[in-house]
Amino acid sequence: MKLTLWTYEGPPHIGAMRIATAMEGVHYVLHAPQGDTYADLLFTMIERMNKRPPVTYTTFQARDLGGDTAELFKDAARSAYARFKPDLLMVGASCTAELIQDDPGGLAAALQLSVPVLPLELPAYQKKENWGAAETFYQMVRLLGKDYVLSPGEKRKPRPAGLPPSCNILGPTALGFRHRDDLVEIRKLLRQIGVRVNVVAPLGAKPEDISRLHEADFNVVLYPEVANSAAQWLSKNFGQPSTKTIPIGFNATRAFIEEVCTLAQIHCDIDELTKRSRARWYALSVDSTYLTNKRVFIFGDATHAIAAAKVASQEMGFQVVGLGTYSRELAREVREAASQYGIEALITDDYLEVEQRITELQPELILGSQMERHIAKRLKIPCAVISAPIHVQDFPARYSPQMGFEGANVLFDTWVHPLMMGLEEHLIGMFREDFEFHDGAAPSHLGHGHQRTPANEASVASEPAPVPEVAVANGAPVTESVWEPEAQKELNKIPFFVRGKAKRNTERFAIERGLPTISLETLYDAKAHFGR
Amino acid sequence: MNRVIPLQSGAAACDSQDRAILKERGQREVFCGLTGIIWLHRKIQDAFFLVVGSRTCAHLVQSAAGVMIFAEPRFATAIIDDHDLAGLADANEELDRVVDQLLTRRPDIKMLFLVGSCPSEVIKLDLSRAAERLSKTYTPRVRILNYSGSGIETTFTQGEDACLAALAKEIPRHAQDHPAQREVDLLIVGCLADVVEDQFSRIFNELGIESYAFFPPRRSGDIPCLGPNTRYLLVQPFLTETARVLDDMGAKRIPAPFPLGVEGTEAWFVAAAKAFGIDPNHVEKVIAPKRQRANLALERQRQVLSGRSIFFFPDSQLEIPLARFLHRELGMQLTEIGMPYIHRQHLAEELALLPAEVSLSEGQDVEKQLDRCRNYRPDMVVCGLGLANPLEAEGLTTKWSIELVFTPIQGFDQAADLAELFARPLVRRTKLAA
Ligand code: SF4
Ligand code: SF4
Repeated sequence: MKLTLWTYEGPPHIGAMRIATAMEGVHYVLHAPQGDTYADLLFTMIERMNKRPPVTYTTFQARDLGGDTAELFKDAARSAYARFKPDLLMVGASCTAELIQDDPGGLAAALQLSVPVLPLELPAYQKKENWGAAETFYQMVRLLGKDYVLSPGEKRKPRPAGLPPSCNILGPTALGFRHRDDLVEIRKLLRQIGVRVNVVAPLGAKPEDISRLHEADFNVVLYPEVANSAAQWLSKNFGQPSTKTIPIGFNATRAFIEEVCTLAQIHCDIDELTKRSRARWYALSVDSTYLTNKRVFIFGDATHAIAAAKVASQEMGFQVVGLGTYSRELAREVREAASQYGIEALITDDYLEVEQRITELQPELILGSQMERHIAKRLKIPCAVISAPIHVQDFPARYSPQMGFEGANVLFDTWVHPLMMGLEEHLIGMFREDFEFHDGAAPSHLGHGHQRTPANEASVASEPAPVPEVAVANGAPVTESVWEPEAQKELNKIPFFVRGKAKRNTERFAIERGLPTISLETLYDAKAHFGR
Repeated sequence: MNRVIPLQSGAAACDSQDRAILKERGQREVFCGLTGIIWLHRKIQDAFFLVVGSRTCAHLVQSAAGVMIFAEPRFATAIIDDHDLAGLADANEELDRVVDQLLTRRPDIKMLFLVGSCPSEVIKLDLSRAAERLSKTYTPRVRILNYSGSGIETTFTQGEDACLAALAKEIPRHAQDHPAQREVDLLIVGCLADVVEDQFSRIFNELGIESYAFFPPRRSGDIPCLGPNTRYLLVQPFLTETARVLDDMGAKRIPAPFPLGVEGTEAWFVAAAKAFGIDPNHVEKVIAPKRQRANLALERQRQVLSGRSIFFFPDSQLEIPLARFLHRELGMQLTEIGMPYIHRQHLAEELALLPAEVSLSEGQDVEKQLDRCRNYRPDMVVCGLGLANPLEAEGLTTKWSIELVFTPIQGFDQAADLAELFARPLVRRTKLAA
């Protein structure tokens, strides 16, 4: 048993729903109690979809348990089939139905429907949402592709001369973090490179498209959490290689183009394709100097977290002070990435542990999921969302990809936005004695949420500073140091956006040295000590 | 038993027993009782809700209201995993450990609800024994209770009922044994927003009913005490179990419509006043100005809503009182009113006020119901969050029923707010069409 306040991922059947909902011509019959129908709202309210997910729930109740829940399942499957006429029927159980062991796969098979049935066994008490999505996709690719598998020793037929190279795009799902926009961007990029897209799956695909996957020369894996297992199967059985680079950020997009060109055995002018990117120039511009070494903490699904760390350190000039993921399946990859920044990765699905680490590290920016946004709000640290779990605001009406060159532009905007802009930081420093330009005036772009009032400023300042060691002076340990008025006055001259940190650092410095009072000298000693 | 209070001349005297009610079994599109936690944890301010369930339950509670609003909510889930199921760990020991972890983290918690879910019920984890056992360790610091919010037992608002029923069992029966507690003549049962509680208090005082208390209390320590003649008034139509517990303790229910709309609120107060033998002239003097003000406020919404048709999908159990209000006071036309479950006794006064020709349905087969709804093409549809946007996409105007549970809608001064909740989507449609 595990205590959870928030959960990063839903149960595995939500993953299966994300596949079913992404596709056309698929229906999912889910053996589940009535409350589990809440899952529909993830798609209709959070993603703002205009149709219900293609899922029929059996919605059994306690009084059915003694009777025949299996019959209930068969009825539901039969009427869902009759009503929706899908080309493929997925069947499975949610966590409660798993316990009553009705075997949806067997029951559905007994109905002898004239469509392929994909039985899903998704162990709800061991696995989670992304795993469920990956397993569902993999099982579907296998089911619909098995007739085309190369026999042992058989080689892939070479692409006929004159035909452009082709690929599949694998991984985008319903309820995915910016999957729809990423897809548009990547399709555009592939077209520019001269690669034809054979099938995109699961998003927008029909079952018959899934059975055409083998026709492509290679696979583009956009979201490894969802597509890796299917891609591996495709590579083993059809000899299709797949891309490894995730095109998030300017550099990675270039690397992705190179990888695609190699797999497609073609040549393209990368510099020409790169020309329209603004992110790179913005990062080089003089006001961006202020971004140098901003301390950033990153947490999210493995793919987005690793990519964000790369972009943050190499393209924004930030210092990555924390990196972690809840995707245990890709823990090794995240650990490797973290070691490049000389830090240890945080692999956990415990929201409280993440909060703890952030509190310790006191970063200047958090790149995380909606969970980290909450933590950030509480600790009053700027934050941008880079990964699921997501909320309705992460499905913007505007085009806002994370991938490709346009994605890099979007990243630059969304990450820099919560921070003080260079020019603004500069002006506030210059005019801080001005009566209209005082500390309480919020920076223009931060909005109301960031309004600094004396009250919340005080609450930042009065947060207990972490006290690592307590030194001993005059026999008694000093646990608190008092500010001398003169030092306090000097502290108030420090620009407000770094004042909280200066205050904490100075107090920690004083306590560690057993100083009961903080003088002007202490303040500057501490500044010298902590200065970067 | 089916007492009809003649409210106004012209009230349709219709026996609820005679109504044909469409009963359906099929896919239900309604949340489970765990959802109640979302508002209960705000209502009882020193209580914490620990769901003992699966990852699905945890996901539901955090998604149900779409509300990842509270950074540190007063609810959590103890997620059952493989070890518990395979018997590798003693689920009871595990639960004790989790509770200890939780109470160490939140020393401010005075009352802890262990909330049962489908999985915990299917594996027969006995939470009432667990609550007893844990109480031994934590009393008097924390009171530990339990109830089930499972989807196999409860729908949406029934979770609140289950929670309040558990809490009602804690009500002391004899004041002499509990000198610190207040013995009351009238208990007002069901969650109300603080602002509504305060308004109702003033009205009870004006009426001259002085010995009353609201249940649940805002703080868990303020549970009132039943006296030998205590009577209770329900504010919600879904408090079946809670009422049963109170009945068993000897309290008497005052039958009344629910305090929604001007008419319902008046009838509700009148029923209370009558039960306490208060002079009708005095009652009229107290109520009249409030009725007048409320009716005035309703006028604007009446212009928007009058003549428009409305269809209710089953969700909050508030459907019948809402339909009654919208029909009688705002002139809306009723098509189908769906309820997850109809408590005939508690709703007798409400049913008597509904026109005879309206179709009532109980339970749900969502696909068939959607077909009927499309057939009617009503001007407005009240439904859950899962259906709202798809119906909007079909050109129907919707109102989410969950909003009606979160918003203060009871009482005279909220009648116009309640009407406005229905008017707003229609006004918006017109605005956007223009
Ligand atoms: S219906 Fe049951 S399993 Fe599903 S969330 Fe509710 S209590 Fe949990
Ligand atoms: S915006 Fe968020 S909280 Fe509001 S209804 Fe939509 S999902 Fe729910």
